[in-house]
Amino acid sequence: MNDLIKGEKYDWEMVIGLEIHAQVKSNSKLFSSSSTRFGSSPNSQVSLVDAAMPGMLPVINKYCVEQAVKTGVGLNAKINNYSVFDRKNYFYADLPQGYQISQYKYPIVGEGKVTIDFKDGTSKDIRIVRLHLEQDAGKSLHDQNPSKTYVDLNRSGVALMEIVSEPDIRTPDEAGMYISKIRSILMYLDTCDGNMQEGSLRADVNISVRKPGDKYGTRCEIKNLNSIKFIKQAINYEAKRQIEILESGGSIEQNTMLFNTSTGKTRPMRNKEEAHDYRYFPDPDLLPLEISKEEIGKIKSSIPELPDELKNKFIENYKLSNYDASVLTAEKQTSDYFNETINSDPELKNHAKIVVNWITSELFSLLNKNNQDLNNSPVSPENLGQLIKLISTNEISGKIAKDVLEDMFSSGKTARQIVDEKGLQQVTDQGEIAKVIDEVIAENPKMVEQYLAGKDKLLGFFVGQAMKLTKGKANPKMLNDILKQKLNKKN
Amino acid sequence: MSKSSLKQTLKDLDTKKISIRELNQDYLKRVKENENLNIFIHFSEENVLKQIDNLENDNSAKKLKGIPIAIKDLFCTKSMPTTAASKILENFNPTYESFVTQKLLDEGSIFVGKTNLDEFAMGSATNTSFFGNTINPLSKENEPLAPGGSSGGSAAAVAADLCLGATGTDTGGSIRQPASFCGVVGIKPTYGLCSRWGIAAFASSLDQAGIFSHNVEDASILLQSIAGFDQRDSTSAKVDIPNYFENLDDDLNGKTVGIPKEYSIDGTPMEISQIWEDAIKVLEKKGVKIKNISLPHTKYALPTYYIIAPAEASSNLARYDGVKYGFRSEEIDSLDEMYENTRAQGFGREVKRRILIGTYVLSAGYYDAYYLKAQKVRKLIADDFNKAFKECDFIVTPTAPSAAFPLNEKQNDPIKMYLNDVFTVPASLAGLPGISIPFGKDKNNLPLGIQILGKHFDEQQVFNAAVSLERSYE
Repeated sequence: MNDLIKGEKYDWEMVIGLEIHAQVKSNSKLFSSSSTRFGSSPNSQVSLVDAAMPGMLPVINKYCVEQAVKTGVGLNAKINNYSVFDRKNYFYADLPQGYQISQYKYPIVGEGKVTIDFKDGTSKDIRIVRLHLEQDAGKSLHDQNPSKTYVDLNRSGVALMEIVSEPDIRTPDEAGMYISKIRSILMYLDTCDGNMQEGSLRADVNISVRKPGDKYGTRCEIKNLNSIKFIKQAINYEAKRQIEILESGGSIEQNTMLFNTSTGKTRPMRNKEEAHDYRYFPDPDLLPLEISKEEIGKIKSSIPELPDELKNKFIENYKLSNYDASVLTAEKQTSDYFNETINSDPELKNHAKIVVNWITSELFSLLNKNNQDLNNSPVSPENLGQLIKLISTNEISGKIAKDVLEDMFSSGKTARQIVDEKGLQQVTDQGEIAKVIDEVIAENPKMVEQYLAGKDKLLGFFVGQAMKLTKGKANPKMLNDILKQKLNKKN
Repeated sequence: MSKSSLKQTLKDLDTKKISIRELNQDYLKRVKENENLNIFIHFSEENVLKQIDNLENDNSAKKLKGIPIAIKDLFCTKSMPTTAASKILENFNPTYESFVTQKLLDEGSIFVGKTNLDEFAMGSATNTSFFGNTINPLSKENEPLAPGGSSGGSAAAVAADLCLGATGTDTGGSIRQPASFCGVVGIKPTYGLCSRWGIAAFASSLDQAGIFSHNVEDASILLQSIAGFDQRDSTSAKVDIPNYFENLDDDLNGKTVGIPKEYSIDGTPMEISQIWEDAIKVLEKKGVKIKNISLPHTKYALPTYYIIAPAEASSNLARYDGVKYGFRSEEIDSLDEMYENTRAQGFGREVKRRILIGTYVLSAGYYDAYYLKAQKVRKLIADDFNKAFKECDFIVTPTAPSAAFPLNEKQNDPIKMYLNDVFTVPASLAGLPGISIPFGKDKNNLPLGIQILGKHFDEQQVFNAAVSLERSYE
């Protein structure tokens, strides 16, 4: 495996760790009953607690705790029976309390791991250090007025899960796969909506570089990245920046960086000396959080099948490759769609690989082209199943099936309807195919001569001509066989 | 005119010997006569009259119907501004009612006004208020005395008979010490008995609401009214609130009182040692067993308190930043400047001092040596009490190391000022209930207080011991 990147002088290895901030899927905030709905008008979802009015006190939202425990189980992590909320103190205009309630020494979830799968069939574990619950801050709006900053507190107090990985990641691709996997698990669990555009899932990236075998170098932290594309770009840029400094004899300053999405560059936000002293201490307004074994057991038993379990089931039941199975299970809607398709006809179980291909290449590309989503696909799993059945029983060719699918996509008709209406059934009548071939041979005597003289490549020409005459409906295998037979007879 | 008790007044109202209007006009008159004492930050006669009107049209039976109560200006109230005696909240009008004051309103009491206090309850003389000193009503002419603090306004309001009871808060002695200075009864219940919801926070793990009154019976009636579980306060206790007044029992025969040797401190005035001994003698006569106990970590209580309370305060007061409500400095060119100038101009010296101390003890590199160690010592202090209470039913000590001192005496010596809390702070750190009752006078005829401490949520025992001592003293 070669994950190294080349500098001017040496080969370098990236060492990457991620802190993912995932918004807990919950109707109300972590310590207040205000709504968490996205996109509401500014300051319409702010309680007295969220605005930090004098004498207001936080009360833990039990549902958010359950969601964190669920997530911990999904990350194969240790759930802590005892955890503590701390105050992280700093001043900012959109932080009304002057502190963020977070968990510091005693997080609710301890060590865990997730597995990422590569195309070549191998996989890798990324270890999780911890998951803790914390409040989100509000939002400063700098673009509303030339001389003023406005504050929107709708997001203030919304529950976040911070998921911290070990520095086990070595490439930008791995980072992307890791965050996709976390996102997938959270969405299967229904503990986060996974919407990166709306900021429900964002990540801070810690990155350093080293020569293979050396100890860890000094790291920089790139803050608040909200797409996989940006994460990869930022890592690439930052690694290159660090390598250039090191190769020219400099050393890395431990900085907190910001990534500019339009220039694709990172720039320092603050250095180690300017780093905040957050003065963490246990929040005296809240009692330590205690969860009994029974409660944890109850939450565990409510957990749905997760991507890795489902992946193994697919491999086992349908003899799919590790990679195919992991693509299918990356998103719940895909695995649901696959399940429904393959269960729509008992025959299809023997053609699982074909089903996978039709979903992940043909259907996905149509959806992409039309900016649509599997959830609102115009082609239902049953209809796709029917189409695949038509292919597997040789009623239509794969090539024609692609056209049929496009037709299904735009017209909403079933495969059967389209094939019947347009008469697209394959020609499997030997006599009919032979007749067409005779015609082609008769019309192209020169070509036949050349073919017989050894120009084997011309076979394709004859197939093409014959297909043209049958409007593509001839069974390709039969066509090939008969054509060869007839041509060889001429010899 | 002799002060009438809450108990008697309720009877008089019930038998129509006096009307709600007559009663309150009598108190209003005295409030206006005593304006020079600067007891109220907010007082509006109109507001009181409106409350009287409303109650006159209200036919429902209410436990404290028509009873004039003064409210420490740390409790958020809808009908009156709430300042915490700070410039930073000078014009703050809450849209919500604190748990404790809502309970009093539900019982039909009338709020006379909002009483003065040390800014954000930080002080022991009610002299750090943005709105000026409160003067102890027991002062002689030309010799103004401090009422104690931080709830000095509430203690003075009861002492000057401007109300039949008052709310206070006690973080390290802020009810008991001013009660002692003003010669009234003041109880700080067990931490968690009264919800903190709607009380501007000083030190969350210590703050507790309580009551001032003319006598122990009245305190027992009022405490029952403000106690109770509140799901909006995670530290509020789910305990049954007994009818303290109905259950009052001054027969202490067979009980054991603990006398902690560590509370005999060098330099304590003779008169204070004397009333302590007197109290013990009275109890002995009543058949109470006297048990000498030891609370070995007592001497660490003050330094522990002055680490933990400022640490929490430094964080609790971070919300006063000029962004959302309250005072904002005019001189602002940047966000940082807004914070700096708003807080520099909005907070007084003592509050700033404590924010600085608190920030320091929580800082990286100092946390373990100060805050963490203080938390450990706090646990030891609580353990001392737990051990002691295995051998006794209640503990008796002096409330404060002196009688009321002249207004400006300790103004510029914070350490001296902090020493006022020496007898009250240990029970605060342990979360225990404590009451101060007047018990004797010093050579200047100023009242001195005796403190009775009880087990967690054993307010009844505290009241019983207090009422027994009170009746023997009268």
